[in-house]
Amino acid sequence: MSERLIRVEHLYQYFPAGGFGKNKKYVQAVDDVSFFINKGETLGLVGESGCGKTTTGRTLLRLYEPTKGRIIYDGKVLFDSGDVPVMDEDGKDVLENGQTKIGAKTSVDMRPYRREMQIVFQDPYASLDPRMTVGDIVGEAIDIHKLASSKAERYDKIQSLLQRVGLNSEHANRYPHEFSGGQRQRVGIARALAVDPKFIVCDEPISALDVSIQAQVVNMFEDLQAQMGLTYLFIAHDLSVVKHISNRIGVMYLGKLVELADSYELIFHPVHPYTKSLISAIPIADPKTARANKRIALEGDVPSPLNPPSGCRFRTRCPYATEQCAAEVPKWREVSAGHYAACHHLEEA
Amino acid sequence: MSEYLVNIEHERLSFFTPAGEVKALNDVSFHIAEGEVLGIVGESGSGKSVTAYSLMGLTAHPGKLLGGTLDFNGRRVNDMTEKEFQKMRGNEVSIIFQDPMTSLNPVYTIGNQIREALKLHTDKNKAERQARAIELLELVGINEPEKRLKQYPHELSGGMRQRVMIAIALACEPKLLIADEPTTALDVTIQAQILELMMELKDKLGMAIMMITHDLGVVASMCDHIAVMYAGNIVEYGTTDDIFYNPKHEYTKGLLRSIPRMDSREHERLIPIEGTPVDLLNPPKGCPFASRCDSCMQICLREKAPVTYFGDIHYTSCWMNQKAELEGGEER
Repeated sequence: MSERLIRVEHLYQYFPAGGFGKNKKYVQAVDDVSFFINKGETLGLVGESGCGKTTTGRTLLRLYEPTKGRIIYDGKVLFDSGDVPVMDEDGKDVLENGQTKIGAKTSVDMRPYRREMQIVFQDPYASLDPRMTVGDIVGEAIDIHKLASSKAERYDKIQSLLQRVGLNSEHANRYPHEFSGGQRQRVGIARALAVDPKFIVCDEPISALDVSIQAQVVNMFEDLQAQMGLTYLFIAHDLSVVKHISNRIGVMYLGKLVELADSYELIFHPVHPYTKSLISAIPIADPKTARANKRIALEGDVPSPLNPPSGCRFRTRCPYATEQCAAEVPKWREVSAGHYAACHHLEEA
Repeated sequence: MSEYLVNIEHERLSFFTPAGEVKALNDVSFHIAEGEVLGIVGESGSGKSVTAYSLMGLTAHPGKLLGGTLDFNGRRVNDMTEKEFQKMRGNEVSIIFQDPMTSLNPVYTIGNQIREALKLHTDKNKAERQARAIELLELVGINEPEKRLKQYPHELSGGMRQRVMIAIALACEPKLLIADEPTTALDVTIQAQILELMMELKDKLGMAIMMITHDLGVVASMCDHIAVMYAGNIVEYGTTDDIFYNPKHEYTKGLLRSIPRMDSREHERLIPIEGTPVDLLNPPKGCPFASRCDSCMQICLREKAPVTYFGDIHYTSCWMNQKAELEGGEER
């Protein structure tokens, strides 16, 4: 069995959204999400806007403090709210004396782990400080973590990082506005690589780029992974790109993980009705297949995460929804080896 | 004049910015027949939106039409006055923009905005306008239209807003609907709904659609013809099948190679187009794509490629199609 680098167990992230006392309202951005990422693999996370995929990525790095749940990095517990069941390696709740075992409350200082876990943001226009040179943007992490003992070493490090992402050494003295979108995203990647991390959350890193540039950046992510043994959590809404880069894919809907499987398994044999409609909705860049393709059209819009539907959150748009779906939250179960889904009607769908 | 609804010939348009002349359109020619769906594909800055805006007389300030003729519905757009444009816009040709949140007015109700188009272009009275507004919302698949008409844009979701935009655009049953990246800001499942709606309405109302997008997947399923633009030029034009199965320009080929395929069952490395898009302030002398092209020849850097036809419709301007002749005579 491959080694787990990241384990996320029963993660909840609720954001307060107005109201007082017992009327206080919460946006249930992430609701009981559990998954793991093996060393050296890429886990893709897809879903529509507002489904909580970005929040999951950020909470995982503790850029947001989780409301509830446990985050384990390389065997070390980074955060534990002390009220969720402990899971074993396979994601099953551990039983102790016939009851589910609850973890001990923990919250470690993240500073040393920031060197290991990094993030690349979606918008390369907003995530770089316009008043810093590219050299300083990349060098900032080196300074903070004291990774260079002399000015010369710092300079060399910055140069080699820029080269690694396909930029020239002269680019170090320029400012972000002098670069195109694709180049800026490369700067963002160089910044993440500055501390020599093991794990990178890629939060929609290519959505803001032109089609012809997207492939360049996707290839670079793959090359860096091969060279440096990186592990990725790759968040995107473009399923075709996620399929290309990921080993496994998780599909989120309204704060819940609804299906998770090996990439090809998920694309060619989806079991959850939402995944199926999501895949059929993707415009295919091939006229003959596109004309023959029958869409499973979903009615309506995604409900508000402020007040999500009871039971299964997808039921308001699901063609198979029954009374059971409104009453019970569907269980997260293993359909076949490594293929998980949460739905009451997997057999019919 | 011509039998086409839209006929643009040799259009050249530049923006005169403080930094210099930005050549946004360089000799662009194409036509759209009635009821046809034309897809215009290209990267940002390739001139796809500028082409559409110039047809509606919406070229923004430092922009200037330098040459060519634009005909719409049997009339020359070049010498239209602003008054004539106002009559035409919203009546014979309508546009839906990328972001429905910024193109709807936040301080007016949906009903107000739909009725405005009707008030400007028809002589319907108040009650008739209201009835037509309800009819339009039903047409674009919005439930409870009476209630919706009283709502403001912020009360609707993104997909719903785009439906309202379509309803406004269709208020006067235009002959041409320009859709400028209509689904880029929307989620895939909503995108599928909107595209389906557009095709349905096209069949029902018989209008032509000019679909501007950077997504090859969108054009594959809906367009009759496709124009591929690069740096202010149409580099290739043809039927959807021509473009996808028989591309003749190196840029089109590169574009098709660079997108990940949904149906491949094993991991194939993507083949990107290297380099960055052209700086339109200083466009290259020869083929605009030359600096990023794998098969670039010397002549590509010196001269623009001539138009080569394959059949009646499909054409491209790429020196590769003259390669055999060139190698016979001139040096590579």
